[in-house]
Amino acid sequence: MIAVATSPIAYRVAASLLQVAVVLVLGPLLLGLMSKTRARAEGRRGAPVVQPLRDLRKLMGKERLRSEHTSLVFVVAPFVVLATTVVAIAIAPLITTHPALGTSADVLVVVFLLLTASVALALAGLDAGTAFGGMGSSRSMTIGALAEPALLVAVIALSVQASTSNLPDIVAGTLAHPAWSSSPTRLLALVALMIVVIAETGRLPIDNPDTHLELTMIHEAMILEYSGPDLALVTLGAAARLGLLFALVANLFFPWGIGSQGSYLGLALGVAALVAKMCLIAVGVAVMEVHTAKVRLFRVPELLAGGFVLAVLAVVTGLVTR
Amino acid sequence: MSLLLVALGLCAIASLLGALLPAPARVTSSSVLVLAASCCAAASSVSALRGAHVTSVHSTALLPLTGMTMTLDPLGAVFVAITAMVAAAVSIYNLGYVTGALGSRSASCLLPVFVLSLLAVPVAASVATLMFFWELMAMSSMLLIAVEHRHRAEARDATLWYGTMTQLGAGSILLGLLVLTIHGGGQSFASIAAHAGALPRVARSTAFLLVLLGFASKAGAVPLHAWLPKAHPEAPTPVSALMSGAMVATGVYGILRVGGDLLGGGTLWWWVAVAAIGVVSALFGALHATASSDLKGLLAYSTIDVVGLVLVGVGAAGALSVTGRRGAAELTMVAALLLLVAHAAFKGALFLGAGAVDRAAGTRDLNLLGGLARRLPVTSGLFALATLTIVAVPTLAGFSGEWLLLQGLLHGFGGTSTPTLITLLIGVVALALSGGLTAVAFVKAFGIGFLGQARSAGASRAVEVPRAMQLATGLLCVPCVLLGVAPGLIVPWLSRAANEGLHLRARRPVAEGTSLVLSRFQGAFEPLLVLAALAAALAAIWIVTSLAARRGRRRVAAWGCGREAQTPRMQYTATSFGEPLQRVFVDVLRPDVDLEVTHETESKYYEQALAYENRVEDAVERSVYRPVIAGFRRYGDAVRGLQNGSIHRYLAFGFIALLVVLVVLA
Repeated sequence: MIAVATSPIAYRVAASLLQVAVVLVLGPLLLGLMSKTRARAEGRRGAPVVQPLRDLRKLMGKERLRSEHTSLVFVVAPFVVLATTVVAIAIAPLITTHPALGTSADVLVVVFLLLTASVALALAGLDAGTAFGGMGSSRSMTIGALAEPALLVAVIALSVQASTSNLPDIVAGTLAHPAWSSSPTRLLALVALMIVVIAETGRLPIDNPDTHLELTMIHEAMILEYSGPDLALVTLGAAARLGLLFALVANLFFPWGIGSQGSYLGLALGVAALVAKMCLIAVGVAVMEVHTAKVRLFRVPELLAGGFVLAVLAVVTGLVTR
Repeated sequence: MSLLLVALGLCAIASLLGALLPAPARVTSSSVLVLAASCCAAASSVSALRGAHVTSVHSTALLPLTGMTMTLDPLGAVFVAITAMVAAAVSIYNLGYVTGALGSRSASCLLPVFVLSLLAVPVAASVATLMFFWELMAMSSMLLIAVEHRHRAEARDATLWYGTMTQLGAGSILLGLLVLTIHGGGQSFASIAAHAGALPRVARSTAFLLVLLGFASKAGAVPLHAWLPKAHPEAPTPVSALMSGAMVATGVYGILRVGGDLLGGGTLWWWVAVAAIGVVSALFGALHATASSDLKGLLAYSTIDVVGLVLVGVGAAGALSVTGRRGAAELTMVAALLLLVAHAAFKGALFLGAGAVDRAAGTRDLNLLGGLARRLPVTSGLFALATLTIVAVPTLAGFSGEWLLLQGLLHGFGGTSTPTLITLLIGVVALALSGGLTAVAFVKAFGIGFLGQARSAGASRAVEVPRAMQLATGLLCVPCVLLGVAPGLIVPWLSRAANEGLHLRARRPVAEGTSLVLSRFQGAFEPLLVLAALAAALAAIWIVTSLAARRGRRRVAAWGCGREAQTPRMQYTATSFGEPLQRVFVDVLRPDVDLEVTHETESKYYEQALAYENRVEDAVERSVYRPVIAGFRRYGDAVRGLQNGSIHRYLAFGFIALLVVLVVLA
């Protein structure tokens, strides 16, 4: 084992940049992996796993078309979506428990950075002045308004156990106390978090990422007016959000393999562990998607309310058992 | 303190000038004087927050019989500063805003009086002084709501609601304070505080409950909020901003002053009750904000939401302090105060922005707005910034407050009693849920109101408002950014006020430096670094995209499913935007939905016209207030039957009454 002693700041910045790079590349690949898994399970061959990356490349070469009614919001939103997501990825404990700005990586900071991205996208959806954009914005904000509180409360359940709401500290605490992982609080929070993650990333049974049928689409309706590089940014932002949420679930509940000693070798191991965990979750979600039908839009809140109640129960059990 | 007296004097002169000078000069002179008064008040509050010494004045000449006592301490100074901030912006705003009824003698005279009373309530140090300024505040604001009564029936209705509720509240506060003075030595706050320990427990709790009723009603806490969503939208914009930013805060001040300072903390259930009211208000306000399609009405409901969160903080802080967890109590209290200061800034800016929209487009109905972002670039930009602040985007002021509040609640969890634990838990849930709902409400406010295509002729012809109005809105946006990037600038001051309010006696402030690094707990948030990271990410993404993009941009018509033109009516409206959430919370909001279909004469399978109406009434008003009012009406009708104007009948009543008295006495 070659543990290289490093200057903490250089290590932290390198770790954060590596995290961003890994999630930005892996996010689209996970989407590809999920559609490949679904295709195989349904007896089709499906597109190659790298297809989403190829799509992004293709989009970069296209023209940027803007509706004549749009304002600055429409131009800025894709950048804001990706930038907030990237910062959330950079400060979260994904491949190490010591990322740059890790002291500020509070639950509330990460959740509200994601909320900022949702708000920017919803405003952009309304900016073009079309029926579809408004429909997508309205639906996505409705679901977000219920999902984001549940996300917050589910993670707070973990922070009650760890006596801190700092994400790297929660992960480090879980590493130090393996027994936490099998506590009832964790199990309840895990189920709640999975429901929320599926809602937040727009997967079945809440939103179908493959559809463009007006009655059912949510995210796709909101970004209908985007084209070319702007669409690439928005799509990459959504993929990165999926990557971040999967990675957070993976590390908050199963932190093994994450780098914690400040060695660059640990970072490499962390990347390998993260990739493996995220692929497992993606395949699991894809297999589940094959077996579920989309829920009616107005039944979604019931599902999310269930997730919210589970999250609150997780906090309660955390308080009782600590 | 002497500067504050100067400020009060300037307000009085401004009010006189407003009443005496001719039309063009009265607005300018009184606005300039109020601006000067706000600066003096701000300076005096800052010096009170920095220095530990508390100054006090007593004058027997100003108020007959009892005299007037005023003390400027750190707790009061926070609220003086809040008023000064909003009043400064409002006085600049007035220079551009005032036309018509608001330029009248009565309005120009009353606005400085309102500011004066708002500045004086937090420094009042005796029951008589407090009640004098409290009533002055109530009366002046009530008359200001009625300024436009000739044109709008709603303004008359709102005045009546507000007047009734504020008088009932004032009565309740007076009763509560009198209960305290009966057992104590005198009516000054110092003697009440000195004798509070000797009071029987029942008397203290009765007094607190009575006072809480009055102050919570002023703070707009559910179910005593019914006046707020009527009065705030109907008042002229400068008055709405002052009411929402500063006056509502005086309710919180009163609860803190009496419960925390004068009664020295009291019992656990007081604070659990305060937090419970806060939770209900936060959720109710946030939910109604998502359903409202009146821009100012939406802001009014969101005031109920934010003040609810502040009350959650106050209640949790009180409960933690009673159970001996002083560190967490201080943290939560500072969070509540920070949220209140931030609220004054962003809600003030939002109300001023809404007033600008009303002026520019001639309506504040979101369903008739749209497309303002390109027609009013400055107003829209400032409104957007304030919107992002209330949505609690990290590195803006709203987020600082909410982050601290969450830290306070979380760090309070360790080793407290079960009622406190439940209070904290429900507080966390309320914070989370209201965060999500606020995002929906304000995406609607900005997205429907300012983006897309104009939905009415007024909105499509809107022109930018005068510079003074833009400047005033911008002035309130400064604290939104500053308190987000460097909240540590005022946290030590708020710490001092929190210690004063709850008698905590902590030696160090809750956080050190300009960012929020908690000094007694594990937890940190460094907004400046996060902001730098965001800026770096934005720059990197922009550079990479512009390098990688291989073709240019072009403006085209929006995609309309193959149709030629997209009309503004095809867009989502405020009502349709909030409809899914309204469906989810149908049991709380209970909307009245009417759908009227006119069929073609040839066949009923074809529709000629559709009329859809969706009204969301306040459920509390409908189920609590309306029956009470109806009861009074019935009582009035019944009594009127006795009064027919006949002397004989009245003589008969007198005779019967005399008989009854004789029988009873015998």
